[in-house]
Amino acid sequence: MRLGFGIRLRRQKKLNRSWPVDIALFVLLSGAGAFMAVPFVFMVSTALKPLDEMFLFPPTFIVRSPTLDNFYDLTLIFANSWVPLSRYVFNTIFVAFAGTAGHVILASMAAYPLAKLRLPGGGFLFAVVILSLMFASQVTSIPNYLTVTWLGLLDSYWALIFPALATSLGLFLMKQFMEQIPDALIEAAKIDGASEYRIFWTIIMPMVRPAWLTLIIFSFKGLWGTGSGAQGASFVYSEQLKTMDYAFSQILSGGFIRSGPMAAAALIMMLVPVAIFILTQRSVIQTMSTSGLKD
Amino acid sequence: MPAASDRSGAGVEWRGQAGTTARRPGAGRGRLNRLIGEIRIKRQGYVLLAPYFILFFLFTAFPVLMAFGLSFTNFNVLEPPTWVGWDNYANLFVKDEVFLIALKNTLLFAAITGPLSYVACFFLAWLINELSPGIRSFVTLLFYAPSISGNVFLIWQVAFSGDSFGYANAFLMKWGFILEPIQWLQDPKYMLAIIMVVQLWLSLGTAFLAFIAGLQGLDMTLIEAGAIDGIRNRWQELWFITLPSLRPMLMFGAVMQITASFAVAEVATSLVGFPSPQYAGHTIVTHLNDFGTIRFEMGYASAVATFLFALMLGTNLVVQKLLRKVGG
Repeated sequence: MRLGFGIRLRRQKKLNRSWPVDIALFVLLSGAGAFMAVPFVFMVSTALKPLDEMFLFPPTFIVRSPTLDNFYDLTLIFANSWVPLSRYVFNTIFVAFAGTAGHVILASMAAYPLAKLRLPGGGFLFAVVILSLMFASQVTSIPNYLTVTWLGLLDSYWALIFPALATSLGLFLMKQFMEQIPDALIEAAKIDGASEYRIFWTIIMPMVRPAWLTLIIFSFKGLWGTGSGAQGASFVYSEQLKTMDYAFSQILSGGFIRSGPMAAAALIMMLVPVAIFILTQRSVIQTMSTSGLKD
Repeated sequence: MPAASDRSGAGVEWRGQAGTTARRPGAGRGRLNRLIGEIRIKRQGYVLLAPYFILFFLFTAFPVLMAFGLSFTNFNVLEPPTWVGWDNYANLFVKDEVFLIALKNTLLFAAITGPLSYVACFFLAWLINELSPGIRSFVTLLFYAPSISGNVFLIWQVAFSGDSFGYANAFLMKWGFILEPIQWLQDPKYMLAIIMVVQLWLSLGTAFLAFIAGLQGLDMTLIEAGAIDGIRNRWQELWFITLPSLRPMLMFGAVMQITASFAVAEVATSLVGFPSPQYAGHTIVTHLNDFGTIRFEMGYASAVATFLFALMLGTNLVVQKLLRKVGG
């Protein structure tokens, strides 16, 4: 009886699908996939093109004789700049790693009491965080410039790192994720005499690993590309403190002849965030499943 | 550590009491004392909150108020601000023709790429959900990749380059549609459309991931129950079951897409330059950056920022209200 019911259901579920619609949707999905993928193919292809192939008419879509010349040219361009490429690389890595680590730790620390301790005022603080998801950071860029100046942080790594430490998306996702942890675990630890700090560090933190990884990719992608935007350019003006992203965009915004090295630089820059996303995708999806805004 | 044990023991007990005493209509003084007591007992919680929220208020919440305050002043950073009342706002809408162009362009972005990218996020997530897990994670990566690949969008500049070596021109010329190369990125006729295409390419971000996650976590028994209740095809299933159960994700995704669709700037300045020919690629954020980081007219730029804030927040709140009605 039960088995028969199950089979009927499954068949009915199949009946929900008609094959012409299936095919139409498949074509649509493939079209969208091509639209998303083609620029990447262009880019890899352009990065590997030798100079003479740039000026073929009609242009080749896929590179004919791939070469690493563009990557070599990129290092040549930097050989003439007085700040060595390695310094830009170090700046980027330092800003991205310090900012990401700080953000994950601070956001988790704040998310635990909001999710689990029913603090007076906690609801209000979280409401402000949700409200702040509703406007972009450009709105606050001018006051931030003044604050950074006033704190004496202008033209230092901290001018890039500090505003990124307390972004609202990270706290929001972490708090939503922590809410699923059963209260019984925390109560048990309290009865055993653990302090809130201890509970946070030894019980909560290991359980929210998927959420850390999510905060890492979101924070990292922002900080890694920092410095080419208006904010990065005005918060830090010493050349030796600029990031790779800024250096690339300054040197390569020189028109068509530079499109080879430009593609090579973009390729190098995208590898790290994409690699992190590949490694963390499963955890990110798991975290995002608690991301809804409840009524 | 006996002290810690005492304290937390009291915390547990206290919470039990709070449930029974909070309802008693009682002296305000007693309630205040109780609140202070609760705050004292949970002070470790506040210590954990403090570092994040100090930075959050310093760099995110107060700046909104600061921008609002500065928007009534004339301020060039070197001299102290002077009060000018509503002058900045009056200038924005009456004298500043470039701002009106920026406003028009921004609203076009918000009205076209905003809804399109939102629907694309959901629809593509919904299609991907039917694939087998291995293919699904590859397609997710492919669709999400543009939004995390930094400057890769600059390749569109090569594709739409104004000489005959740009892909778009070369193929159109080869097939005989055009005889002369088109200055895609210099001609105000095409600029906005191209920025929109690139913006769409970049738009499958956080909302897209949230939708994928929401669809994967969908309760299958709901769909089976729907089948018994006479849901006939996938469109009915989508409207009556999937959308209502995903409402929290849909609201979160809307916030992400709306905020992003009003903040177009970097793609525009990288592709068509700053200032763009006839300001055809000018947006509110590029206007803000112009006055804030180039001319250092901080008061005026703050008025632009405050206006942008009101625009983003207002749109978000209205859309939230509408989304509550999805699926009845």
